[in-house]
Amino acid sequence: MLDNTLTTREEIRDLGLRTEEMVLNMGPQHPSTHGVLRLELVLEGEIIRKVIPHIGYLHRCFEKHAENESYTQVIPYTDRLDYLASINNNHGYALGIERLMGIEVPERVEFIRVIMAELQRIASHLVAIGTYGMDIGAFTPFLYCFRDREHILDVFEKTCGARLLYNYIWIGGVSHDVYPDFVKDVADIVKILRPTIKELNDLLNYNKIFIDRTANIGILPADVAINFGCTGPMLRGSGVDFDLRRDDPYSIYDRFEWEVQVGKGEMGTVGDCWDRHMVRVWEMEESCKIIEQALESFPEGDVQSAIPRRVRPPKGEIYVRVENPRGELGYYIISDGTGTPFRVKGRAPGFSNLSVINEISKGYMVADVVAILGSIDIVLGEIDR
Amino acid sequence: MALEPKEIYEKLHAAFPDISIEFDETVPCILVEPMKWKTVALFLRDADDLKFDSLMCLSGVDTADGNLVSVCHLDSMVHRHKLTVKCIVPAEEPKVESVERVWRTADWHEREAYDLIGIEYVGHRDLRRILMPYDWTGHPLRKDYEVPEFYNGIKVPY
Amino acid sequence: MEQFIHDLIGNDLLATIVWCVLPLVFILGYAIVAILAEMKSASWFQDRLGPMRTGPWGIFQPFADVLKLLMKEDIVPARADKILFNLAPVIVFVGAYAAFAVLPFASEYVGADLNLGLFYLIAVSSFGVLGIIMGGWASNNKYSLLGAMRSAAQIVSYEVPSATALLIVAMMVGSLNLQDIITAQSGGFWNWFILGGPKSDVVLASGAVIHADIGNFVFLPLLLATFVIYYLSALAETNRTPFDIPEGESELVGGYHTEYSGMKFGMFFMAEYANMFLVSAVAAVVFFGGWQSPWGITLGEALDIPVLTLLEGVFWTAAKGFFFVFVMMWLRWTLPRLRVDQLMYMCWKVLIPASFALALVVGFIVVIR
Repeated sequence: MLDNTLTTREEIRDLGLRTEEMVLNMGPQHPSTHGVLRLELVLEGEIIRKVIPHIGYLHRCFEKHAENESYTQVIPYTDRLDYLASINNNHGYALGIERLMGIEVPERVEFIRVIMAELQRIASHLVAIGTYGMDIGAFTPFLYCFRDREHILDVFEKTCGARLLYNYIWIGGVSHDVYPDFVKDVADIVKILRPTIKELNDLLNYNKIFIDRTANIGILPADVAINFGCTGPMLRGSGVDFDLRRDDPYSIYDRFEWEVQVGKGEMGTVGDCWDRHMVRVWEMEESCKIIEQALESFPEGDVQSAIPRRVRPPKGEIYVRVENPRGELGYYIISDGTGTPFRVKGRAPGFSNLSVINEISKGYMVADVVAILGSIDIVLGEIDR
Repeated sequence: MALEPKEIYEKLHAAFPDISIEFDETVPCILVEPMKWKTVALFLRDADDLKFDSLMCLSGVDTADGNLVSVCHLDSMVHRHKLTVKCIVPAEEPKVESVERVWRTADWHEREAYDLIGIEYVGHRDLRRILMPYDWTGHPLRKDYEVPEFYNGIKVPY
Repeated sequence: MEQFIHDLIGNDLLATIVWCVLPLVFILGYAIVAILAEMKSASWFQDRLGPMRTGPWGIFQPFADVLKLLMKEDIVPARADKILFNLAPVIVFVGAYAAFAVLPFASEYVGADLNLGLFYLIAVSSFGVLGIIMGGWASNNKYSLLGAMRSAAQIVSYEVPSATALLIVAMMVGSLNLQDIITAQSGGFWNWFILGGPKSDVVLASGAVIHADIGNFVFLPLLLATFVIYYLSALAETNRTPFDIPEGESELVGGYHTEYSGMKFGMFFMAEYANMFLVSAVAAVVFFGGWQSPWGITLGEALDIPVLTLLEGVFWTAAKGFFFVFVMMWLRWTLPRLRVDQLMYMCWKVLIPASFALALVVGFIVVIR
């Protein structure tokens, strides 16, 4: 609708007029860069010719810290990578060390971890959906999302006392056993969430203006997505049926029945912003399914019996990856046999997801960059580490 | 059909007799000659029975014995097999061939490894610092790195 | 009314000044109420309480906000064009304020009863765009410039359908005088233009007669569509969601007022609220009978108390205006924002052809009847 009608700079130049590209600095202080990202936009009128991301404003030396702390002390730092999905971050790291040390985790711990990770995924997606609505200009869905996220945070708070950075999943166990009413509370949350998803669909996702703003915008073809290392909803939005929880199962995800949701191009082309957004909405429903099944067979047991007294993995290295709300979170951990890791590299999903932005925003308008950036759902905490 | 690292190594060895490729049993991983790595990478990506279409992670490591290592974790979404590839280079002249045009994931990851470890990726089109400020000196994740006293007149250790 | 103030004060010059300042008093009072209404309605839409700390139920929050704006440091960017930068908010506000001169608040209370009232209104209300461009240019900020350019394009474009929509009604009345338009709708809500206009003959103040009968109900669907076109264009002209692209927060930070702070920002803000009420009041005047009560007769007339009639008129104008202001707020907190090309598409390819077609059809029917 947009490209073929516009006069390009070359055409204008052929007429003998002098034109200049404008460079617009978006960020680091800008309402819709989701943190401190700086985008250098090369514009021709309002049409994007190039996007140059500059990151690193939130660099907190996670990897350097990790080399100077003991294995358990690293866990709170992993919280702060993707601060909207702390539990998933803990999970990946703990999983890596457990595999290095060969620790078998009790059944109850696995169940708690999966339930918590899925709750965290829903909480994170709620923020992503709400803020995306706000990027497009709809303010109200944002607060509805936060209202429902509050229920999940309440459960986390009751379990481990923290609401954002939990330090909950430890190597070999979890920091606190769940409280007596946990199963009932979580079941209630699932009951509350289902109508919320419908409400969000009515208010935002199937709104004509919202669809106009997001469908056919920022189209990411599947092969480009794979080549750029896009993962999570970014990849699935492009129609690639890939989810680590199913395709490289960790913890006890292989025991549950659920579906991997992919973008279908319902409102436009496969891989546009609307698809990426809707994959997140549909995934909340799938997470609800996993939680319900996990609650049905929630076992009893001691959650701290497998926690090692001294964490000193044998010499070796491992690359472990888990499905974060934003995609594949990987840890490359090298142990030299001492009490501190030799090297911990975090492979943040947002890092690779963001690197594709120049590729998918060329030829769109300034307003579309906001829509595209929102649909990537970045958290600068994990990108800058 | 998923292949074991050992089988992949044998395939590579047969395909590139003149490139030094070794197999490390302990990890297990494949060690490739740094400046010939891109040819191997293209083969890994495109060969029908390998199809490593996704680079999961690229990390730089300082092994503290005078060597730097560029580690690639590859995954094939088609065949569902994985592979670790390492390029070991001396810290005095850390040059590795860039695979940025093979897997675009490597673009930013190589910049990061350059920024924090100091591995130079030859053939990278845009090798700038990425996490640290553009005018920072030194590579912080080197084991012998010492924090500078001042950065642009700002005291660094607080 | 004018005579009443003259009699009250005695001094001619002073009385004129008071007469001129009255709308300003109204705007200030209205802005205070509207700010609180916006905050409270937003919070209810969004499942929260809104301001609760300043005074009981937060009613002093707008005063606190105004006070804050007054006391804030007035920052002028170092490389801004200072004269234009300082002039811009004034011009924007003057544009909004000047239009209030012809707005009839009651049968006896209209600032200037111009024969070309509607024309003046359309002309003066587009004056504000000059200030917006000035502000955007003088700020020397790319976001401001982009916002100002968008704003100019948007306001100038949407002038066309909104003016055409108003002219359709003017065509039926045969006058551009706003009082005439209201008089034409006297007698009850079924005579309002939103429901097809007068259903029996009306004599205007000038002595002209509008011939009408029950058959005017044929205009009902046409004028309903006209009203929708007018209201959408009005939303766009006042830069309200879903057309708030010039100040689209998520893209352009603050649009043309990015660099403004303190009371200069306050002036932009007040101009926006004044404009909101203005377009709403015009909608009320042109389509909803202005100061007429919905059932045609007023208590003041029945009891023969002129002051009561006046107050009732003001009440109905304000009530109808406020209702449409509220609808604007409602839309703002419900809908996402359009993109700039979609906005232009909507104007030039949907609203303008539709309004022209309506003008043709209505004009044709008016002529043959």
